[in-house]
Amino acid sequence: MPAVSMTVNGKAVTADVDIRTLLVQFLRENLRLTGTHVGCDTSQCGACVVHLDGIAVKSCTTLAVQAEGCTVLTIEGLAAPNGPLHPMQEAFREHHGLQCGFCTPGMVMTAVDMVRRKGNELDEKTIRHELDGNLCRCTGYHNIVKAIAAGARAMKGA
Amino acid sequence: MYAFTYHRPTTVRQAVNLLAKNSEAKLLAGGHSLIPVMKLRLGSPGALIDMNKIEGLSGIELKGRSLVIGAMTRHGEVATSQVVKEALPALADLAGMIGDPAVRHRGTIGGAIAHNDPSADYPAAVLGLGATIITSKRRIEADEFFKGMFETALEPDEIITKVSFPLAKKAAYQKFKQPASGFALVGVFVSKRGADIRVAVTGAGASGAFRVTAFEEALKKRFSPKSIEGMTVPATGLNGDIHGSAEYRAHLIAVLARRALAAA
Amino acid sequence: MSATGIGAAVRRKEDLRFITGKGQYTDDISRPGETRAVFLRSPHAHAKIKRVDTKAAAAMPGVIAVLTGADLAQDKIGNLICGWMIHSKDGSPMKMAPHPAIAANKVCCVGDQVAVVIAETLAEGKDAAEKIKVDYEVLPAVVDAAKAQSAPAIHESAPKNTIYQWHLGDAKAVDAAIKSAKHVTRLDIVNNRLVPNAMEPRVAIAEYDSGTDNLTLWNTTQNPHVARLVISAFVGMAPEHKLRVIAPDVGGGFGSKIFIYPEEVVCLWAARLVGRPVKWTSDRSEAFVADAHGRDHITHAEMAFGEGGKITAIKVKTIANLGAYMSTFSSSVPTYLYATLLSGQYDIPAIYCEVDAVYTNTAPVDAYRGAGRPEATFVVERLVEVGAREEGMDPAELRRKNFIKTFPHQTPVIMNYDAGDYGASLKKALDLADVKGFDKRKRESERAGKLRGLGYSSYIEACGIAPSQAVGSLGCGVGLWESAEVRVNPTGSVEVLTGSHSHGQGHETTFAQLVSERLSIPIENVSVVHGDTDKVQFGMGTYGSRSGAVGMSAVVKALDKVEAKAKKVAAYMMEAAEGDIVFKDGKFTVAGTDKSVAWGDVTLNAYIAHKFAGSQLEPGLKEGAFYDPTNFTFPAGCHICEVEIDPETGNTEIVGWTAVDDFGTVVNPMIVEGQVHGGVAQGIGQALLESAIYNAEGQLVSGSFMDYTMPRAENLPSLKVDTTMTKCPSNPLGIKGCGEAGAIAAPAAVVNAITDAIGSEDLAMPATPPAVWAAIRKAAKMQKAA
Repeated sequence: MPAVSMTVNGKAVTADVDIRTLLVQFLRENLRLTGTHVGCDTSQCGACVVHLDGIAVKSCTTLAVQAEGCTVLTIEGLAAPNGPLHPMQEAFREHHGLQCGFCTPGMVMTAVDMVRRKGNELDEKTIRHELDGNLCRCTGYHNIVKAIAAGARAMKGA
Repeated sequence: MYAFTYHRPTTVRQAVNLLAKNSEAKLLAGGHSLIPVMKLRLGSPGALIDMNKIEGLSGIELKGRSLVIGAMTRHGEVATSQVVKEALPALADLAGMIGDPAVRHRGTIGGAIAHNDPSADYPAAVLGLGATIITSKRRIEADEFFKGMFETALEPDEIITKVSFPLAKKAAYQKFKQPASGFALVGVFVSKRGADIRVAVTGAGASGAFRVTAFEEALKKRFSPKSIEGMTVPATGLNGDIHGSAEYRAHLIAVLARRALAAA
Repeated sequence: MSATGIGAAVRRKEDLRFITGKGQYTDDISRPGETRAVFLRSPHAHAKIKRVDTKAAAAMPGVIAVLTGADLAQDKIGNLICGWMIHSKDGSPMKMAPHPAIAANKVCCVGDQVAVVIAETLAEGKDAAEKIKVDYEVLPAVVDAAKAQSAPAIHESAPKNTIYQWHLGDAKAVDAAIKSAKHVTRLDIVNNRLVPNAMEPRVAIAEYDSGTDNLTLWNTTQNPHVARLVISAFVGMAPEHKLRVIAPDVGGGFGSKIFIYPEEVVCLWAARLVGRPVKWTSDRSEAFVADAHGRDHITHAEMAFGEGGKITAIKVKTIANLGAYMSTFSSSVPTYLYATLLSGQYDIPAIYCEVDAVYTNTAPVDAYRGAGRPEATFVVERLVEVGAREEGMDPAELRRKNFIKTFPHQTPVIMNYDAGDYGASLKKALDLADVKGFDKRKRESERAGKLRGLGYSSYIEACGIAPSQAVGSLGCGVGLWESAEVRVNPTGSVEVLTGSHSHGQGHETTFAQLVSERLSIPIENVSVVHGDTDKVQFGMGTYGSRSGAVGMSAVVKALDKVEAKAKKVAAYMMEAAEGDIVFKDGKFTVAGTDKSVAWGDVTLNAYIAHKFAGSQLEPGLKEGAFYDPTNFTFPAGCHICEVEIDPETGNTEIVGWTAVDDFGTVVNPMIVEGQVHGGVAQGIGQALLESAIYNAEGQLVSGSFMDYTMPRAENLPSLKVDTTMTKCPSNPLGIKGCGEAGAIAAPAAVVNAITDAIGSEDLAMPATPPAVWAAIRKAAKMQKAA
């Protein structure tokens, strides 16, 4: 079994893994970071989105060994430990951008990446388009769109 | 996923050697076509050759009248590249329509072209612009490259290193999505470069992307939607599935071609 | 209204864990020594199992056991059951065919379980499952429900594949009304089959403790107690008191997690056999064939009109496809949850409905958000809309003319509507949707080469499921009350234990709001406990928009008892008569005096009991209650959809959505709006995008997210959501329920809008671009011919 090393949420981790291990399995099963979810097997639902070297990726479509030497950020590491929530997390709560919560970590990670690429002023059309790779079955997206717009603005001040 | 051996070469030569030695091997670029297939156990390469640590395979460069894009360049980089946006905006548009943002962060132009999914977007641009595929061995013209569904002219130990797109005076891509997968139900790429006029279609062909020569002929007089007004494409040989019959796809080809011409 | 009481848009208490990745879904749980279960599923829709050879699989690395249907039968593990008895019109009981958790003799649909591998790791389990050899004798498959009754029987016990031939209403009166009608509108309708697709796939983890003989099941279920009851009493897995079912955070249900599924039964059985915990996590592609689907009706419907557009009768004949086996509540969905709503919001003197339920070689079909009521609403609202168009009347006006205006109103199909104001919601919706400005917008669309259409849906639903006596008389195997327990701690904080189960609905917030308001205590001092049969004594779970109307009513009853007991304590403390104690604003006061004690003093005294003399008053402050509703509740409203269609591609864009709903009392408007948003999205999904498509061989062609179109953010508009209010008179809080309204209302509104735009009624759901394009072309051809 090959060893894989990476930095996850600021911590260096090393483990021996079956070569077939996906990044999402590595996070969930080896590191017990279960906030990253698996909602499909065709790379479409986005529940598994994490940041790999600062960029949003689907961790269900990335082998753990591909993240060798990389920096990974998951929902658990978005806010500083014991610090305040990340503005995007706060916005999802404030605007009721979640119901069952299962898609939420992927939504939040996608939203933060969206702001990185598109800036702090996001209109509805842009947000809806950018959410192409994230499925939610509960909210009808209405409040997710509102939450992301507000979270993006709040990130400007943060 | 079935078990496989994993290799991480740092040069194209190493990768070629690994490919040559291992007939069961597949190249792992962005992995967004390959890994899902492996996860569903629909494919079982005995070895994966990860291209991600090879230096120099990624990048966008304007070389004379051509835009040269490294094989490992991600869709997202092409979509947002200022160079592409200025030199060949239709290509940036197309790259921005592939998959979703996270997919575009990983998926690569070389991977997409080598995979030659009949519903992928890039083959329409390669064919629609008359691009040249540069490999570890040679240069292959677009018209010679695609050999039917998931088949290309690539030899077993040949690796795409770059794709060179000639700059077109006018070009545009129009895509009608298969609503579930986001792939092209029909995508039409049109371009005009001097006398070279191209109309390339993806998504619709039962054996992959193809050119619509009747449209191209008609457009020689004038590169305008009016020139193909009322023209249709026969439905024979086109895909039909739960997302659209061959007739519907044939109809969309004409509609999207006109729209692309209007946008070009 | 207090800042955290009923009616306040309180931010959700449960959100903190979800937005930080600290939610605890079933798959997030890992038990020491856990093994993984991998099911081998049938690739055929219909086949005899001649032989299952597990030898090679059993020899694979990491394999602990390979189990088959024969092993299951040998261990006398019982079949899964359908818990609602429906009788045919000839009086015969429904034909419930055996449904073993692992098929032994034949498979009846693609995805049917044939064997299970218990392995050390998931990968090893999958590797081994491929080594199981099964000899099948493939049989012809019946896929099309319309042809099922003339096809060879799938189950011996159900000739002609007919489960029941049920009816409701007065056939003679309806036929007479149709005969004498001024106009009759006739429609053939297909209500498309859907895959629920909660974002969290199903998971089961079973663990056996040989020291105590206790079995524990962690499961993605909407009703853990019902799961325990069925698995214990019918499947015979373990006595009820030796089986604990825990439903941790559950990632959406929409009905699909109500049912008792084979996989959880097999995990429990296997855990005991192998002596280690067994975990099964569904893949998404597995979920497509293993989860119960929804809808799937073929209907012919007729609506008779008298003078001035007065509706005089509805006649409906439906074939309901229940799939290969009868799922837990499948029989009730196309009968009592469907035909009883065919009166819609209208005063219709005569209604008759016949339903034939059939077996086919497809996945079982059961309740999915709305369950029967979306199907009924679609029939009624399409008939009304098309009737108006055929009669040249304004569809809003025709509706208004026929609305029920006095309450209570007894419909000809069982339901007794208790309160409503349908005209009010229609009027508000017309205003909000700016229907007056529609013609102008339509002209603008036309100038841009687009078609524009407007569609209404004035829906009604029966929720707050349900009065036990009523459903019992209709064949339901259980009572549909709810339980609650309010535990007050010495320091005054409160735990509410409820049999309702939250899988996105926000009960931890709304139930706490109720307690906070009633006891005038901070909402932070209230915890809501649910989803564990060891903690909550019993409960019926969450579905049918029942948690507010039924679950919270049980909490109210328990709170009444808590207050009564607390008054006794206060009376002792202040040495006053119990009858003189008034509880208000968190204080117990002796009426007419300034003597009072605070909530926290009373709760502490209830436990220290120093002031109680002997046996006159028991220490403690904890009360339980069961609430059984006396009627269904009847949420109703009006949704208006506006679409713009590109006639060249057939692509439909929803450009406007207005929802005005009457849910009775709204506990948390933010959460209620969210429920409407989600329901509408699923309804739009059904109307425009989603369809479970089987080919003639019974293979599910749309069997993954690559082919089954889930609504995405870009497919949906921003929604205008508002309410009107008539209180529900039958429960203490006046709540009607809101969870299903959107899914019930939306499909008819969308199809009414599209057909309005294209000028043709000949359009089936989902109205995909090619379908709309074909409908436009067909209409144009017919116009040319005419």
